[in-house]
Amino acid sequence: MTNHWVDIKNANVIIVMGGNAAEAHPCGFKWVTEAKAHNKATFIVIDPRFTRSASVADLYAPLRTGTDIAFLGGVINYLLSNDKIQHEYVKAYTNAPFIVKEGYEFEDGLFSGYEAAKHMYDKSTWAYEIGPDGYAKVDPTLTHPRSVFQLLKKHYSRYTPDAVSNICGTPKDTFLKVCEIIATTSVPDRTLTFMYALGWTQHTVGSQMIRTAAMVQLLLGNVGMAGGGVNALRGHSNIQGLTDLGLLSNLLPGYLTLPGDKETDYNAYISARAFKPLRPGQLDYWQNYAKFHVSLMKAWFGKAATKENKWCFNWLPKLDKVYDVLQVFELMHQGKMNGYFCQGFNPLGSIPNKAKLIAAFSKLKYMVVIDPLATETSCFWENHGEYNDVKTSEIQTEVIRLPSTCFAEENGSLTNSGRWLQWHYRGAPPPGDAKPDADIIAGIYLKLRELYQKEGGAFPDSILNLTWNYDIPHAPSPEELAKEYNGKALADLTDPKDKSKVILKKGLQLDGFAQLQDDGSTSCGCWIFSGSWTEKGNMMARRDNYDPSGLGNTLNWAFSWPANRRILYNRASCDPSGKPWDPKRRLIWWDGAKWTGVDVPDFKPDVPPGNPMSPFIMQPEGVGRLFALDKMAEGPFPEHYEPFETPIDTNPLHPKVVNNPAARVFKDDRAAFGTSKDFPYAATTYRVTEHFHFWTKHTRIASILQPEQFVEIGVELAKEKGIKDGDWVKVWSNRGFIKAKAVVTKRLKPLQVNGKTVNHVGIPIHWGFKGLAKNGYLANTLTPFVGDANTQTPEFKSFLVNIEKA
Amino acid sequence: MALQSLDITRRSATSTQPPDRRKTQEVVKLIDVSKCIGCKACQAACMEWNDTRDVIGANHGVLDNPMDLTAASWTVMRYSEVETDRGLEWLIRKDGCMHCSDPGCLKACPAPGAIVQYSNGIVDFHEESCIGCGYCIAGCPFNIPRLSKKDSKVYKCTLCSDRVAVGLEPACAKTCPTGAIVFGTKEDMYHHAEGRISDLKSRGFAKAGIYDAPGVGGTHVMYVLQHADKPELYHGLVKDPDISPLVSLWKGVAKPLVTMAFGAGILGAVMHYVTKGPNEVSEEIEKEFKDEK
Amino acid sequence: MNVTRRQFFKVCAGGLATSSAVALGFSVDNALAEVREFKLTGSSETRNTCPYCSVACGLIMYSMGDKAKNAEPSIFHIEGDPDHPVNRGTLCPKGAGLVDFIHSPDRLKYPEYRAPGASEWKRISWDEAFTRAARLMKDDRDKNFITKNSDGATVNRWLTTGFLAASASSNESGYITHKVVRSTGILAFDNQARV
Repeated sequence: MTNHWVDIKNANVIIVMGGNAAEAHPCGFKWVTEAKAHNKATFIVIDPRFTRSASVADLYAPLRTGTDIAFLGGVINYLLSNDKIQHEYVKAYTNAPFIVKEGYEFEDGLFSGYEAAKHMYDKSTWAYEIGPDGYAKVDPTLTHPRSVFQLLKKHYSRYTPDAVSNICGTPKDTFLKVCEIIATTSVPDRTLTFMYALGWTQHTVGSQMIRTAAMVQLLLGNVGMAGGGVNALRGHSNIQGLTDLGLLSNLLPGYLTLPGDKETDYNAYISARAFKPLRPGQLDYWQNYAKFHVSLMKAWFGKAATKENKWCFNWLPKLDKVYDVLQVFELMHQGKMNGYFCQGFNPLGSIPNKAKLIAAFSKLKYMVVIDPLATETSCFWENHGEYNDVKTSEIQTEVIRLPSTCFAEENGSLTNSGRWLQWHYRGAPPPGDAKPDADIIAGIYLKLRELYQKEGGAFPDSILNLTWNYDIPHAPSPEELAKEYNGKALADLTDPKDKSKVILKKGLQLDGFAQLQDDGSTSCGCWIFSGSWTEKGNMMARRDNYDPSGLGNTLNWAFSWPANRRILYNRASCDPSGKPWDPKRRLIWWDGAKWTGVDVPDFKPDVPPGNPMSPFIMQPEGVGRLFALDKMAEGPFPEHYEPFETPIDTNPLHPKVVNNPAARVFKDDRAAFGTSKDFPYAATTYRVTEHFHFWTKHTRIASILQPEQFVEIGVELAKEKGIKDGDWVKVWSNRGFIKAKAVVTKRLKPLQVNGKTVNHVGIPIHWGFKGLAKNGYLANTLTPFVGDANTQTPEFKSFLVNIEKA
Repeated sequence: MALQSLDITRRSATSTQPPDRRKTQEVVKLIDVSKCIGCKACQAACMEWNDTRDVIGANHGVLDNPMDLTAASWTVMRYSEVETDRGLEWLIRKDGCMHCSDPGCLKACPAPGAIVQYSNGIVDFHEESCIGCGYCIAGCPFNIPRLSKKDSKVYKCTLCSDRVAVGLEPACAKTCPTGAIVFGTKEDMYHHAEGRISDLKSRGFAKAGIYDAPGVGGTHVMYVLQHADKPELYHGLVKDPDISPLVSLWKGVAKPLVTMAFGAGILGAVMHYVTKGPNEVSEEIEKEFKDEK
Repeated sequence: MNVTRRQFFKVCAGGLATSSAVALGFSVDNALAEVREFKLTGSSETRNTCPYCSVACGLIMYSMGDKAKNAEPSIFHIEGDPDHPVNRGTLCPKGAGLVDFIHSPDRLKYPEYRAPGASEWKRISWDEAFTRAARLMKDDRDKNFITKNSDGATVNRWLTTGFLAASASSNESGYITHKVVRSTGILAFDNQARV
């Protein structure tokens, strides 16, 4: 979230789209009902289904699954054609005035530089025109034909209300009503907030859906404002923290990135990431990349990381490609993987195409599962009749299953969607011999290290030299680990302005990432978390909920990264002269000497208004990007592409380019796609409020509240198929089938799309072959094995099925 | 324990006056249907606090589950998909004991002290004294109490009388994520409801209003309804509830009659007749009796 | 309530008979009523955070015992932390039922092992589990570790074993997991951010 949960109460308009906050995040959703009750907010839900969020909305707009870019592109077109943008903000804080390089083009669904054979773009034309001074050229009048503003206008001029209605199936008057309400927030003192979740990420164009919303917000001047922003409602309790800590194929902690195959030179690796400013006078904070990186290497490899060995640069594995889960299961399916660890993750339920996964797991030599619960994954080799019909004796995979503690049985911190790191405490011992995850990892590591010490082996250096200064080596405490990622001084740190003044003594905890050094004198396991455990103690455990401004920025409650800041880009809540756009919702202001306010300023504190430094300090150009340069796989402007399984067989905008041209599709998986001829219904998978993924089916209360697998279909489709409430139905895709009870509802209406009637089939995910709830089929038996072109998040939200009474 | 009785307004089947009681604040649980997202947190918190666990059932083609109130589920969400002039509305109502000021269950109950009403308005069942006759079920205009097949005693929402007694709010009110359930004094809840109703009216719900059933002397569980003129839209919420004729008969004529004649069995037909009120509990009762066999 | 004749008699033959005397007016004065004993008195409170979604609601866990050495705490009730700025005491249906997660019959209690082709789990010790896991890792790593790519560049990667990390474990668990996994050269590393 750019903002945070409580801040939603400050919004004037709230849109839940690509998510269903009332069901998936009920307690965060209270701030929607608060905004309605106490801020007269208007609440809109845009979703293929009339959800429980929609049940309390002022306006519900249906749309066909997978068409969110068409909808939001239409909103952009509306705002631009009706002049409903926040002009001063757009001019000063976005890249609208920037001139795009000659050669950039968009035609018939493709941007310039497409390499059809590789399904990839050469992105060299997706760039600014650079002037002789080395900076990007701008046109403050926004009239240059190659200014981002003019290109934006042109790009979205195709997204007329009729085109939107034709693609999305949203009635035109409903769409226009939504546009009108959104447009009311283009004035400086009204804000809109977007709340989204996996309903946007789980598409082959998921990242671009989110970008489209961000662009709407930039045009309206709603980023950096109280009650504004683009707010990702993360699914799991610490998925934000795990992402921040970089537990992904290509990342290191704090959004640092692993080197690629070709990056053999350390200095080149650093300078490729420490972006040069694209406009004069920008803070361009990534210029400090080396400080973050060296401090990380010092935290991991201690004394072994030296200037001479480039801080162990070669000890980091180098990427030849990204090994996201889809790539990994493809390799596993090809028999190219031998071992797999699943720590608190149930991939058999959570990754598409269950049949492929079972085949893949069966080819492993070994699997290690670390979990508090008996997951389906750990039992993939067990035969559970129709729900998991495998030949146990033929599966040669060794499985080691290790019991871990749950939340109640350990100390530690979790990072919520609003980036708050909150400390929690152990209340009871774990059952049986279960151990904390850290102890289990330590146990495995210490054995492995022992083996390498005794036997030698392939490149042992990084294993043997990993810092392990924990009081109890086999049980590193959460407190020690938290202090390690906060970071400490390895030598006396001096004031850069006066070298004789020591600002932090050797061995002390860092106050924050501003103290990090690139000379090996600081260590820090995750720079963005620095400040969470200082010499003042555990800042994550703070419990003062005082809210002096009434805006909900409880600065003394827990710790919010970065630097305890609650609302990102908050400098943009003031106009260029330093005056808050909305005097009623002041976040920060210039007090004559420095930036101050009810939040930690997201800016260099001593740079006065009027200076060219712009609010988006992580960007080399200092402004928000309407044009994404080369950062996205499929184009600098989001474009509507159909899901890989589309019920309309075409893309009304450009029939020759139907799906995302930059998506990666493996051969077998392409063959496993179905078409609307055999699978006429648009399917989407989702959570229901009574359950949490595949966990709560192991708990009695949740199993009572929603005991048995079901699918939702509309009254009209049910009638056509002769299906009644509570009937057993069979739902199948080109990859498999499930059977479930039918919930026939008025909440799923047929939509008119491109001259065709499209019905949706809703498929909740929560059931499986383990647990207290009634056994059911893993919903991912049905889903296609293809992901977003940038993140490879699978397209769980849009695919095709058929259905009939079982 | 004895002093507890000072907080009691009335007891079932007890002719003596309760002691001159202490005055405690009259409490109300206000359920604002327009804020309810049907998440069932109230159902979960109710089971969790009261240490009840219903059976793990099946899906019956709707999201409701358990499908009805039971001896272990003292509250359930009831979902109604309704077409109004505003289009589709999904009205979701938390169902459970209304804690009537004039409780039909208590009046109908023949077991001394099995049902009591506290001065704060809570109507509580005391299963130690319950004889499992089921009269309270007939007496209830809202079809709430449920007979347990395990112990032949009747159960329903206590409004968390144990929590309220120590100054806490009921478990469902505390847990409600959106603040659709709020708890406080009757006066404060009326004030709160007024604010909600004016917000709803500003959003075009011209008939928004409060549901406080005058036919039972008002209730200690009240609703804010978007369509207060049509409570039946909310999964058949009774429009004008009143106490079944059974109860007055029982209290007036039938009680001594039953008492004198229960060995002879002449009243079966009468009972059958008088219990045909506005309620529709017969199936459940019939089923529970059958199941018990 | 359509009490049938049969049911009515059944009722009469049962409890009602015993209470008929009361109903005749001989009220028993000690038919007192008392609310259920408040179940949290004397329990220990621990602050925690809900492990489900990323709203991260504050929890108060109530456990048996006063934390004395000889009392084994067991959590028997959880409710929302009213001081928490986000949830303000509320919990959703999952959170309100958390006590059933802690005590789920499907909680794993001991390290277990499933041999190739076997149809049963076998209980093993932690030492056996760690030793076996480390052995399998080392054998695979030693055999398949890639020091240099075809261009001769040092790449130090291990591609034949992968790791999926928990997105509900703490930052501290996540941090040490990342540290250890990267030290081995694993690139097939992911978490639930995508799904």
